[in-house]
Amino acid sequence: MSATRAALPPTREPDGVGERPVDRRRGSTLLRHLTFTLAAALLLVGVSYAVEPFRNFQLATVAAYLCATAGLTVLTGLNGQLSLGHGALMATGAYTVAFCQNAFADRGMTGGWLLPLSLGAAILSTVVVGAVVGVAAARLRGPYLAGVTLAVAIVVPALAVTFDGVFNGEQGLSVPVEPPPASLGLYFPYERWQLWLAGAATLLAMLLLANLIRSRFGRTFRAVRDDEVAARLAGIHVARTQVLAFVVSAATAGLGGALLAVLAQSVSPGAFSLTLSLFLLMAVVIGGLGRLAGAVWGAVLLVALPDLTHSVTELLTLSPAVAQRLEGNLPLAIFGVTLIVVMIAAPGGVQGLLSRLGRALLARLPARRS
Amino acid sequence: MDRFVFLTIDGLSRGAVYAAFALALVLIWRAARVVNFAQGAMAVAAAYVAYTVSAETGSYWLGFVVAIVAGLLLGALVDRAVMRFVDHTSPLNPVIVALGLVLLIQAVLGMVYGSEFRPAEAPFSRSALSVGGVAVLSPYDLFVFAAIGVVVSGLAWMFARTPVGLRMRAAAFAPEVSRLLGVNVGGMLTLGWALASGVGALAAMLVIPTELGLHPHAMDLVFVSAFTAAVVGGLDSPPGAVVGGLVVGLLLSYVSGYAGSDLTPLAVLVLLLAVLLVRPGGLFAPVAARRV
Repeated sequence: MSATRAALPPTREPDGVGERPVDRRRGSTLLRHLTFTLAAALLLVGVSYAVEPFRNFQLATVAAYLCATAGLTVLTGLNGQLSLGHGALMATGAYTVAFCQNAFADRGMTGGWLLPLSLGAAILSTVVVGAVVGVAAARLRGPYLAGVTLAVAIVVPALAVTFDGVFNGEQGLSVPVEPPPASLGLYFPYERWQLWLAGAATLLAMLLLANLIRSRFGRTFRAVRDDEVAARLAGIHVARTQVLAFVVSAATAGLGGALLAVLAQSVSPGAFSLTLSLFLLMAVVIGGLGRLAGAVWGAVLLVALPDLTHSVTELLTLSPAVAQRLEGNLPLAIFGVTLIVVMIAAPGGVQGLLSRLGRALLARLPARRS
Repeated sequence: MDRFVFLTIDGLSRGAVYAAFALALVLIWRAARVVNFAQGAMAVAAAYVAYTVSAETGSYWLGFVVAIVAGLLLGALVDRAVMRFVDHTSPLNPVIVALGLVLLIQAVLGMVYGSEFRPAEAPFSRSALSVGGVAVLSPYDLFVFAAIGVVVSGLAWMFARTPVGLRMRAAAFAPEVSRLLGVNVGGMLTLGWALASGVGALAAMLVIPTELGLHPHAMDLVFVSAFTAAVVGGLDSPPGAVVGGLVVGLLLSYVSGYAGSDLTPLAVLVLLLAVLLVRPGGLFAPVAARRV
């Protein structure tokens, strides 16, 4: 039976079709996701001891980006709403965390529970902003929605410069973060602590998202994406579903932005430009729209590609000015070209290609045995 | 009162540019049902070509002509090499591809020219002439009005009176039928892209000297303003785009004159949201509007 399916043209299948037999075997989705998360956490701790501090920091950055790309893939891939404003939502989370941490530091408060509190405040403030944008977005389709969110992406960083009394203009704010707790030992590397923080927050967010996708809500998201009229006839409140998707997506984007601010220990409007929003979208598309695994690929790409071009430009002997231009822009050019090529040639992205490959292999195995 | 007159003239001059840019968006939307998010980047690319030519030859006008030609060619190239291969079943796909083009074009410009602001010269003086003691129009404003007026009326004449314009309208509204009747629909589409991109290049040439200068991101905010203008007028209506452009230009001029220039991006966002939420079809939409 699997052979016949593989023989069909690889059109876009409904998400999760490939995994349905697994569901039947194991029963509880929650248990499966919990096991997976636990395994990922153990792996992450192991890796954090195995690699050098700089790689730890990079992995922590991947985790922060992953929050945002996972949120965006839920919105764009599963609910069919295109947002170019997720960079602005990340900025909201980042600035909230900066305000909270500064307020705590000014009052001389210390303690391990302060950072989770700030992250929670960041999520809360992004949820509010996301709800406002989402209510507007639920009435808009296609290019109109893209245009509005594009305007949001351009306006929000500009606001930080306009109200520089509050946001301290282009300079931005510093984010005081406490050192790792003393119980971990005196010489515990700071980067490893960063990876643990970001990894824990991201895994928790991913666990919640994975369950949401498999739940009733995830099904309504997809139903609204595929056919609004049919969804409405089936009793789904389309606008409410779209706002909910936007709010969920905004919350994770806010968490991602807050984590980035904690990692960098500063926020500035330059870090949340329109380019960041385009990067997120591109990461999600290249990874594979609508799949959390695709969001992982995208987040890895976002960190790895600039690093890679940096090493390439170092290999070439160039004048400093030319090298600087290349280094800043080569990743952008590669991203742009990849985005266009992926959109035209492989709309499933990296994860789509991988699962097609996996299915093709699976289909070949029984054929050989018989 | 003097200030009001000055701001009005300035707003109309800025609005004329937005009108041209919005018109370019509407042209592509009507022909291909695509909002070309790469329009700003394509226009900046044409302006950079003009900058190079002007710097080499020392002639502004040669650069000006070259920019328009480069815009026409770039538009045709984008249609033939990229947009033609995009699956248009989901409206998301062309938007995402256009954003990929934005990244690519801006990156290439950044690599070749660097990302510092380059001064862009204006062909005429930008200081206003005064009539009866009131500063009214600068020669540059007159040039802007004249250039945009020529282009807008030229396009209107072409679409209304010439066989090519008729074919383009037919190809946009009923591609299947026009193909049966012998219209080269693909060619008309490419022509539409080229014309729109050429108009965009003209708008960039006119607006960049009035702003900070030439920069890969110089047209980002102009694009958002022009998109707003196109939405205000209704994406389907060329006269709407022109009126919308003037409205947005006036609004931005008043906001920056009376409330501070930092607030103009916010004003654009508020206007865009207000129009989309209150009258999503735009002010000039026909009755049977496409659902937003």
